[in-house]
Amino acid sequence: MSSEFDYSTKLGTAWFPTPLFTASGCASSGRELAQFFPLKSIGAVVTKSIMLKPRLGRPTPRMSETPSGMLNSIGLQGPGIDAFIANDIPWLVENSARVVVSIAGETVEEYATLARRLRSVPGISALEVNISCPNVENRGLVFACDLDSSRAVIDGVRRIIGGDLPIIAKLSPDVTDIVSIAKGVVDAGADGVALINTLLGMVINIDTMRPHLGGKTGGLSGPAIRPVAVRAIYQVHEAMPKLPILGMGGVRSGRDALEMILAGASGVSVGTASFGNPHAIIDVQTELERLLRERGFDSLRSAVGFAHRDAQSAPDEDLS
Amino acid sequence: MSSINRFAKQIPAHVLSNKRVGQYHQILLNIGDLVKHCHPGNFVAISVGGDNSGMILRRAFAISRVSDRGEYGGTMELIVAPHGAGSRWLCSQQEGATLDVVTPLGSAFGIPTEPVNALLIGGGYGSAPLFGLAEVLKARGCRVDMILGASSTPKIYAPLEGKRSVNSLKIYTEDATSGIHGRVTDSLREIIAQDQIDVIYSCGPMAMLSAISSIASSMDVVHQCAVEEAMACGIGVCMTCVLPVTKDDGSIAMLRSCIEGPVMDGAKVAWNLVGQGREVKA
Repeated sequence: MSSEFDYSTKLGTAWFPTPLFTASGCASSGRELAQFFPLKSIGAVVTKSIMLKPRLGRPTPRMSETPSGMLNSIGLQGPGIDAFIANDIPWLVENSARVVVSIAGETVEEYATLARRLRSVPGISALEVNISCPNVENRGLVFACDLDSSRAVIDGVRRIIGGDLPIIAKLSPDVTDIVSIAKGVVDAGADGVALINTLLGMVINIDTMRPHLGGKTGGLSGPAIRPVAVRAIYQVHEAMPKLPILGMGGVRSGRDALEMILAGASGVSVGTASFGNPHAIIDVQTELERLLRERGFDSLRSAVGFAHRDAQSAPDEDLS
Repeated sequence: MSSINRFAKQIPAHVLSNKRVGQYHQILLNIGDLVKHCHPGNFVAISVGGDNSGMILRRAFAISRVSDRGEYGGTMELIVAPHGAGSRWLCSQQEGATLDVVTPLGSAFGIPTEPVNALLIGGGYGSAPLFGLAEVLKARGCRVDMILGASSTPKIYAPLEGKRSVNSLKIYTEDATSGIHGRVTDSLREIIAQDQIDVIYSCGPMAMLSAISSIASSMDVVHQCAVEEAMACGIGVCMTCVLPVTKDDGSIAMLRSCIEGPVMDGAKVAWNLVGQGREVKA
C-alpha cells in the first residue's frame, strides 16, 4: 500500500482537501455539528439552502421515519440571505471551514438576486443552486423537473456570478431523463451537478387516516434511495465524463461513498446519516480513504468513474 | 466553537440494569463523567436496532435522573415505554449490552435562585424527569408539590423513592382506577391559589402542556414545560422538531425543540399554531 495518497478533489475551479461534504439541509449552517468534529477537517460544509427572505417553513409533523430512510417536509425554513451573510458565513470562515453556499428561490429572478448578494462575500468556495427542493408549495415550480426552467435559473445565476465561483446545480431524481436536465444546466453555465435531491414521497398515518406530514408530501432520503443516486451519477458521468459530480443520497459508510466515486462522483455529501450519527461524515471519510488505498488507488481522482472502464480490462491495468 | 450542543458527546454506554416497572422499563446506563453536565430537562439520543437496522434515526428520551455516586461511577436512568419498534428494541437490551448514545442534549429546567413554591406536573411517563428535578429543587429549599395524571393507573410512573423527594403527590386517572378521577388540569386553578404556587414545571403530552399553559398564563404563574415533538437528529441540524414560539416583538419563530428546548416557556409557545396552516407565515 502506497503511503502517498492524494485525497483532494475539485469541483470546477474549487479545490477541497477531501471529497467529503455535508449535504445541504442536513447540517444547518455548521455550528451544530462543530461539537462533534472540526468542520475544517472535511472537504466543505454545504449550508442549508438559503432563500431571499426569512421563512418559517411547513407545519409539523415534518418527519416520518421509513424503512432505511426518512421522509421530511421542512419547507426551506431559514433566516433569509441578510441574516445568513451577517451571521453564518463569518462564523464558518472564522472556524476555518470551507463553505459551499446552497441557494433556493421561488422565481428565476430570486436566484439571480441571491447570486448578486453572495458574489462578493469572502470565504465561499462554490455555489450550489438548489433547483430541486420538493418541499415547495407548488410542485409545478420544481425547476429541476423542467428543462427550460432549469436552464433559465442557471443561466441567470451564471450571468451574475461570471467566472468567479463554480456553480453546482442540484438536480431532482424525479424526472424521466436526468441526463437531459444535466446537459441543459451545463449548457446554461453550471460547472457541476449535485445528484440527487430527495425523492417525493408520502406516508399516511393509519390512526388519523390522513397524510402524516403537515405538508402532506415530503422528500425521501436515507439508504433507501442510495441505488437511485448511484444510478443517476452513473448515467450523468457516462454522458459527460469530465463533468464534476457531487454525489449524495443515503451514504452512511465509506463503502457507500466508494460506490458513488466509482459511478463518477468527484465528491460525496453525507446528509441523513448525520441525523443518526453526528460523526458519520468523519467515519465515511476515514473508511473511504482506506478502501481506496486497499484497492491500489494512489488518489481519489484516479477512482472517479472507475466503474465505467472497459469490461475487458483488468483493474490493475486501469490503475496505471 | 459554538455553544450549541456544547457538552454533548457521542459515547458507547453500557446497560447496567433494565427493569420492568409497571408498563415501563427503567434502564440504567453508565455514562461516566458526562453526568456532570446532565441537568433535569436534558435528554439523550440513542441509536436503536443495531448496526444493520433499517431504523436510521436515534430515539430521544428525557433523562430521568443521573448519579455520580455508586460502584459504577456516573450513571443515567431512563424510563422508556415500549411503544414503537425502536423503544421495544431498547427495552429488550439486557445488562451488559452497549448502546450508542449522544448526551446531554437540549435545554434544562431553570432552577430558581431563591426558595419558591414549585408545582411539578407529569403526564404518563412524562413524570420521569420530574423526580430528579424535585431533588434539585428541594436542595434549593423549595416547596415541591407534584401532580401526576394518566389515562389509567398502570401508565402512572411514580417510584417509591421519588415520592420521598416531594412534599405532596396527587394522582389523577381518567378511568378512576386510582387517585382522583379526572385530569391534572381539573383543579389546577385551586391548587395554584391554595398552595401559592410560584412556578410550574411540566412534562407530558402536548395537549396537557397547552392546557396548563393557558391556566398558568391567566394566573401569572411561570410555566416551564418540556415539550415532545418528533425529532430526527436531536442536535439541531434537521429542523423537524420545531414549535411556533412568540418572540418579544410579537412575531412567530419556529424554534427547534432539540436545542432551543425541550424546556420552553409555556407562555411563549403559540399552542394554537402547532401543526396549523399550509405555510406558517412570518
